[in-house]
Amino acid sequence: MKLVFLIPAFPLLGALSLIFFGRKLKEPLAGYIATLAVGMSFVFSVVVWLAFLGYHSSVFVEHLFVWINTGSFKVDAGLRVDPLSLTMVLFVTGVSTLIHFYSVEYMHKDIDFPKFFLYLNLFVTSMIILVLGNNMLLTFVGWEGVGVCSYFLISFWHERPSAASAGKKAMIVNRIADVGFLLSMFLVIHYVHSLNYSAIFAAAPHLSKSVVAAIVMLAFVGAMGKSAQVPLYGWLADAMEGPTPVSALIHAATMVTAGVYLMVRLSPVLALSPDIAHVITIIGILTAFMAAMAATAQDDIKKVLAYSTVSQLGYMFVGVGTGAYAAAIFLMVTHAFYKALLFLSSGSVIHGMHDEQNLKKMGALRIVMPITAVAFFTGWMAIAGVPPFAGFWSKGDVLLGAFGESWLVWIIGLATAGVTSYYMGREYCLAFLGKARWMPATVKGKKKSAKAVSHSPHIDPHEPSYKMMIPVVTLAVLALLGGLLNLPFASSLKFLDNFLKPAIAASPSYLHSSALTQIVLGSLDAIFAIGGGLIAYFIWSKTFERPALEFTLFKNAWYIDKTGDVAIARSSTKLAEVTDGVIEPKVIDGAVVGVTKLVLAVGILIRKLASGFVRREALVIAGGLVILIIIGGLRGGL
Amino acid sequence: MSVGLNYYLILAAVLFTIGLVGLLIRRNVLVMLMCVELMLNASNLTFVAFASKLKDVGGQADVFFVLVVAAAEVVVGLAIIVSIYRKRLGATADDLSSLKG
Amino acid sequence: MTQTSFPFLTVIVLLPIIGGVLLAFVPVDKLAKYLALGVSVVSGVLALIVMLLFKTGDAGYQFVTNHSWVSSLGIGWHFGVDGISLFLMEMVALIFPIILIATGDKTKNNTYSAWLLILEGACFGSFLSMDLFGFFLFFELTLIPAYFLIIGWGGKERSKAALKFFLYTLFGSAFLFAAMVILVVIHHSQTGVFTFDITKLAHTKLSYASQVLLFLGFSAAFVIKTPIFPFHTWSPKAYSEAPTSGSISLASIMAKLGTYGLLRFDLNFFPQASYRLAPILLTLGVIGIIYGAIVAAVQRDFKRLVAFSSLSHLGFVAIGIFAFSTIAMNGAILQMFNHGILTAAMFLIIGMILERTKTIDISKLSGLQKAAPVLSGAMIVVILASLGLPGTNGFIGEFLILSGTFIGHRWWAVVALGGVILSAVYLLWAYQRAFHRKAEESHSVIKDMTMKEKLYIAPLIILIFFIGIFPSTMLNKISPSVNLLVHHVQQANHIVKQPAYAASYKSGSAASKNKHSNLNATELYRPGAPTSRWLYAAKSTSNETNLQMKTGSVK
Repeated sequence: MKLVFLIPAFPLLGALSLIFFGRKLKEPLAGYIATLAVGMSFVFSVVVWLAFLGYHSSVFVEHLFVWINTGSFKVDAGLRVDPLSLTMVLFVTGVSTLIHFYSVEYMHKDIDFPKFFLYLNLFVTSMIILVLGNNMLLTFVGWEGVGVCSYFLISFWHERPSAASAGKKAMIVNRIADVGFLLSMFLVIHYVHSLNYSAIFAAAPHLSKSVVAAIVMLAFVGAMGKSAQVPLYGWLADAMEGPTPVSALIHAATMVTAGVYLMVRLSPVLALSPDIAHVITIIGILTAFMAAMAATAQDDIKKVLAYSTVSQLGYMFVGVGTGAYAAAIFLMVTHAFYKALLFLSSGSVIHGMHDEQNLKKMGALRIVMPITAVAFFTGWMAIAGVPPFAGFWSKGDVLLGAFGESWLVWIIGLATAGVTSYYMGREYCLAFLGKARWMPATVKGKKKSAKAVSHSPHIDPHEPSYKMMIPVVTLAVLALLGGLLNLPFASSLKFLDNFLKPAIAASPSYLHSSALTQIVLGSLDAIFAIGGGLIAYFIWSKTFERPALEFTLFKNAWYIDKTGDVAIARSSTKLAEVTDGVIEPKVIDGAVVGVTKLVLAVGILIRKLASGFVRREALVIAGGLVILIIIGGLRGGL
Repeated sequence: MSVGLNYYLILAAVLFTIGLVGLLIRRNVLVMLMCVELMLNASNLTFVAFASKLKDVGGQADVFFVLVVAAAEVVVGLAIIVSIYRKRLGATADDLSSLKG
Repeated sequence: MTQTSFPFLTVIVLLPIIGGVLLAFVPVDKLAKYLALGVSVVSGVLALIVMLLFKTGDAGYQFVTNHSWVSSLGIGWHFGVDGISLFLMEMVALIFPIILIATGDKTKNNTYSAWLLILEGACFGSFLSMDLFGFFLFFELTLIPAYFLIIGWGGKERSKAALKFFLYTLFGSAFLFAAMVILVVIHHSQTGVFTFDITKLAHTKLSYASQVLLFLGFSAAFVIKTPIFPFHTWSPKAYSEAPTSGSISLASIMAKLGTYGLLRFDLNFFPQASYRLAPILLTLGVIGIIYGAIVAAVQRDFKRLVAFSSLSHLGFVAIGIFAFSTIAMNGAILQMFNHGILTAAMFLIIGMILERTKTIDISKLSGLQKAAPVLSGAMIVVILASLGLPGTNGFIGEFLILSGTFIGHRWWAVVALGGVILSAVYLLWAYQRAFHRKAEESHSVIKDMTMKEKLYIAPLIILIFFIGIFPSTMLNKISPSVNLLVHHVQQANHIVKQPAYAASYKSGSAASKNKHSNLNATELYRPGAPTSRWLYAAKSTSNETNLQMKTGSVK
């Protein structure tokens, strides 16, 4: 258990060695070192987990050093090992290792190869600190750390202006949300005087209702940014500018789930404030539905997945809001498996298609990339929630919670599940079935520009090498079997629920819903999932142009992002320009210049007296003398 | 018999006035410098007069300071005047107004 | 107060000044920069020794040397260092050698190095002087070298910029001088003793009205020097026209003279006026934070951008000082040091860019990251630190300031948080425009950092992370003095919440030492408050035992 510090230490060590020796190590050694570092981290996570199973208490805190100490306020750097952080650490390091390994081949021949792995390792370090942190501030360190790494990685191909802007946007949107997190911490400092989780949980029941509500709500604002909830979800779609493994790791499996983690971590506090829990549920279900609809109209293979991620995160927040914390974590873990799988297989597609991401220019890839097609199909089934794939079990748990909460939430959730299956089916059909739309483009060539012609001989989609296949296949297996973590048939089979129980607030009644309800709801889930998928198959396997079904509203993701851009970004730029152009020189410096001008005017008046003739000035002095003598004489009573 | 304090003071005042009037009405720079010396010595005379009257050696000490300053002033002043004459022959004080503000 | 045998502080202050004066008159053009560096390094090493010998946990002045100078007026050659000035001294000691290394080649002229050395000595003198007159003397002395550095080695509009800077700050100092004399005269009329000793002057009894007037007089000089909104208009021009060395000394060192002055004199001499007028300065600070950030966003000149971002960051320091919370004030002092480090690094890197591309116009730069990865790496670290990324020094300062301010002045802190967002906006935007995108032809082949450049940037980068991860090493030394000062202000205003800060500090450090055996204290309570300060403690005392049991099981 004392070894817990090694979990973040390995990736950090990897990152440090890449900073100093990265450019000497070159390809592919730098990548393997990074993979090894994360792999070791995973190994030690398992070791700590095994040790923890035999531990007598449900929390183990390893104090590292005193971090901040101002005499009256103190924050320790300590790592907290409990079921929740262990679950997180296990799947984060596990999935990261796979994705690192995948990237070694994917990033082949990139000039900044070592730098990519440096950022990845830093990211993993931050993510581990985020989940293992013993207090809110340490979690915040990881929180911002992953944000920065995400910034680096989104704008990794920084010569592309869109990539650079997307990175910046992600950072700034997250920053806005982080203000919520910071304020939440300030409230905690004010009322609890400590940021340690144990102290917060212990103190929470004694705080007034409004304070608790404010703390939780502000923390949720932070989570909304990081986990891309309505209305702050635009950045995640833009974040797809980054390399695909990054999208898989950061913008699907791990970082974006940090918000969910935070809310579950704070669940003992959250449970005290049902109003805020309702807010979370509403935002969650709204996000799930809106993002799913947006996903139905995207043409970019990665953007579909991006909106799908947003939608799934919405589901997780529904879980959090309805008190089904374990279900939220369960969904998070399984989502990590199947979404990483989907991203990595689409990465293989993009790799094979030579950086073509437009679904409309793909088709029939099943023939040339059979394994990838199977992997992608597995991902589709899993995310749709077709039994017995992982998504069926985890989404089922969340919907069960929603059903216990409100039938309206449940219906929207169920409909969204159908939509999910539909848009993933559309993506699968467009990419892997139908006619090969990349062939005509290469043969005809005439319609395309000269650039496309020069490109055309290269477009020969192929299955990637085995190095990229290993992680994909592993994840496919996990996506298939992930449900085993938490099967509902008997309470002894609910491994995750039982494991997490000590670390989270008690879940409400949904666990006790009757077997019949569970079976009925489960079958409904399955019917919607299969139905959505079948509809997609019938529509999209034959054709690829059907504008009537791709609403502009959804293509633009409900225009929320664009509205925000116009309303905030442009107007504030204008404000800044006015401030710089008018207020600064005219008003503020104007006052200063005004004073100097006044002094100058007085000076010009006075200078007329100074003629420069010695004798005239002597006369003035003499005159002054006379006046002084007269005054002195008068006062002396002369 | 000793001369009364008032006589010293009247003499000093007369000397000072001569110096002042000379400074104001003459244009020759050299003469103006001499007039300044006259005024300085008028004040020296007052110092000494009061020093002997009040039996305070401080007044006499001050005279030494004034003398030293006056000497320095003459040196610097003469040097300036000489260089002015070299530059523009026969210049009077009214020709020099470079101190104009 | 500790007396030491070796007069460390006297030597630290005098060595650069004497060295500078000698250097100005001795014609050693080629050796000049090495000699100057030598002198500066010796001073720096002495300052380092002082830090190592500095007694942690002692709130008073240490290394005091006191010699009578102008005895009839009670002016003394009186130096001392405490937790507030210690790291400002270290900052001067660190940054001047770096400036000399970085810009020493700019000129073969010995006067350049001479002015820098004199400036260094004057800065040391201002931070270390325990004599008000001595402080004023050194405070004004800094103006002269700074003026000549801008005039002699600055940009195109240097003379206008230098004049504006000189006159504006001198204008403020006039008020300081008047207020200083009045204070001393009042003290004389009460005690019959002329003295400029700041520890003695702090005991002057002042009516509230005279406190307010004198407070305004002192503050006039300091808010202009810092600068705090709306007295900042000299700074953008001066920063952008000054040479790299000038910009660094203005922004990272001399700006701190202003905030240091507010902290050391205003709070000490006029606690009531400071406390009651605090909302004004808090408001100005907050406006400065937001205003500076907004204006910075549209700057095209990199140095002007730093000028406005400094306005924003120094606004944080100002609210940290005037929030009157120990947490915030610790943060403010830390942030003063941090800002020095960060601004110096920023200007050094801007200097490198200027040298290579001949422009620092952000709109004309592009794609530097591809051409010069190490330089860009250093820049992004500095940028991230100055926008307050956890793990870097900027975060600790900002977090402490904001959380401390939040406790007493909630809404100011909330508005100031806007600066946290905006700083990300303007810094990342500037970085994107200059470093990202495709490089233009002329910039695609620029050289990356040389070995020498890496060497002098390295200490700054290391400090950025070191302070971010182990801020306690500094805070331990800072906090006793800060707590004493806050206590002084609170006592004067009869708002003492917590008895004997100094004493409770000690119990806090004791608690932290045996943290493993005493988990309750570290887990649940502020170590500074052994008697429970929980708001609900009065309601139910049984909660405490309850909680202790819970956390006991946690262990």
